[in-house]
Amino acid sequence: MRRITWFNAVSLTLGFAFLYIPMLILIIFSFNSSKLVTVWAGFSTKWYGELIRNEAFLDAAWVTLKVAVLSSTAATVLGTMAAYVMVRGGRFFGRTLFSGMIYAPLVMPEVITGLSLLLLFISIGLDRGVLTIVLAHATFSMCYVSVVVSSRLVSFDRSVEEAALDLGCTPFEAFRLVTLPIILPAVISGWLLAFTLSLDDLVIASFTAGPSSTTLPIKIFSSVRLGVSPEINALSTIMIAIVTVGVIATSLLSKQAIARQQREEREAAQA
Amino acid sequence: MNPRRTFLILIPYLWLLALFLVPFGIVFKISLSDTALAIPPYLPTLDLSTGWAGFREFLSELDFENYVWLTEDDLYWKAYLSSLQIAVFSTVLTLLVGFPIAYGMANAPDQWRPTLMMLVILPFWTSFLIRVYAWMGILSTEGFLNQFLLWTGIIAEPLTILNTNTAVYIGIVYTYLPFMILPIYATLEKLDASLLEAAEDLGCSRTSAFWLVTIPLSRPGVIAGCFLVFIPALGEFVIPSLLGGSGTLMIGKVLWEEFFSNRDWPVASAVAVVLLLLLIVPIILFQKHQEKQQEAEQ
Repeated sequence: MRRITWFNAVSLTLGFAFLYIPMLILIIFSFNSSKLVTVWAGFSTKWYGELIRNEAFLDAAWVTLKVAVLSSTAATVLGTMAAYVMVRGGRFFGRTLFSGMIYAPLVMPEVITGLSLLLLFISIGLDRGVLTIVLAHATFSMCYVSVVVSSRLVSFDRSVEEAALDLGCTPFEAFRLVTLPIILPAVISGWLLAFTLSLDDLVIASFTAGPSSTTLPIKIFSSVRLGVSPEINALSTIMIAIVTVGVIATSLLSKQAIARQQREEREAAQA
Repeated sequence: MNPRRTFLILIPYLWLLALFLVPFGIVFKISLSDTALAIPPYLPTLDLSTGWAGFREFLSELDFENYVWLTEDDLYWKAYLSSLQIAVFSTVLTLLVGFPIAYGMANAPDQWRPTLMMLVILPFWTSFLIRVYAWMGILSTEGFLNQFLLWTGIIAEPLTILNTNTAVYIGIVYTYLPFMILPIYATLEKLDASLLEAAEDLGCSRTSAFWLVTIPLSRPGVIAGCFLVFIPALGEFVIPSLLGGSGTLMIGKVLWEEFFSNRDWPVASAVAVVLLLLLIVPIILFQKHQEKQQEAEQ
């Protein structure tokens, strides 16, 4: 029987206070009417108004969104292929190198990835812009996608795939009709992970962005370097709100999906 | 071999070769080149039109000068050593903060656990930059922490925390905490409660059962968590540049400045190669550890 002791209660309370109080302070001070971020001078939403009128931030947000959608979609396709090859591909020439290249970007310092990609783009004469950021982001996030998808591929029953093949499906049809629906939740979480990684990235984007393709993190970083500003607090609050809603919604949806799947399995077992 | 399978293997393979492996080759090559006032700012550049002789000449002009330079200028030594020291120290701190939280989560009532999990994961999805930025307002001289401490009367003068190494430690512990909590929680959750009961039946006190049973059995999670914090912390750039001061030397920051401020591409590349060498040992150890864990689970 698990019981909550005073030690556990204290460590959980302090731990979650440590995790959440900084963000709460950030949110509270985004509604501060004073320009001084640290002194409370009354409630106001004027920084949100300033933010919406700030063209530079809006442009950067648009670039970031474009990069995130394109790169996470490419990363999902490539990462799913890579996972399928790793789990189902059998032996092929250079398999060790391949698996090394999938795991290495997960632990590579961002400054090195950014620098090396930039030097590549320069040496092949590719102008830096949205395309180069998309290529860079797709490369490192496909590795995350492939880890997420391969853990699902490893755990599912291969015999259903084989049954489809026995019943006359081509390998591609078997993948589309049987494998893909089963691994779909993992593919979707892989896409979401790639999307957030891309939204979040400062270092790799700084190396691979051109002057006309400033992303939101680059813009935030350059203004934050000069010190705290209430506008950035307002922007952060909006981003935290979006993430919170997104994470809670996906977790509720996946809970529902799991419940439905279990019900279907039960009904199938009874029939 | 069936052509469809070859095609399926080739696409991600070639992508990673072109955008992961080849770039490293380029970094290595540039680290052997000389800095020059040209576009791109290094020499020699490979000119394929001159054929084989040109390639040989190109090779003969490469040298390890930049690496010699790194060993001679003690800025780089200091930066590597202080990155190591900051990464080790903040990993230990993260473990000390993270373990009790993971332990508390693993012992919480079953119906709380999904919520607690979500509360740990939520900050991980929130922008890294924003989480670091949040501490700038808290730690500054007129910041929230100083106001609070002055108000309680614990201190009489505001403390200088922002732009010191202390702020860097706080930043690393805060941002990497979920990476430490999750693997430890995963091992503690699987821990068989009957082992603890057995220890208590055999005369252990609860505290000594904790030290003799729980701690040794949580080792795989602790090791995984430490690697997951240590490896990215070593090459960290955002935290030292926003929370650290001019005295905070970290190799990620040095590389960035060498590249963007000094525009010295060959030296920046050499710094990157050495940082990679420094990381290869912990990365291989981590891989070995993960493989051993997977085998143990099967």
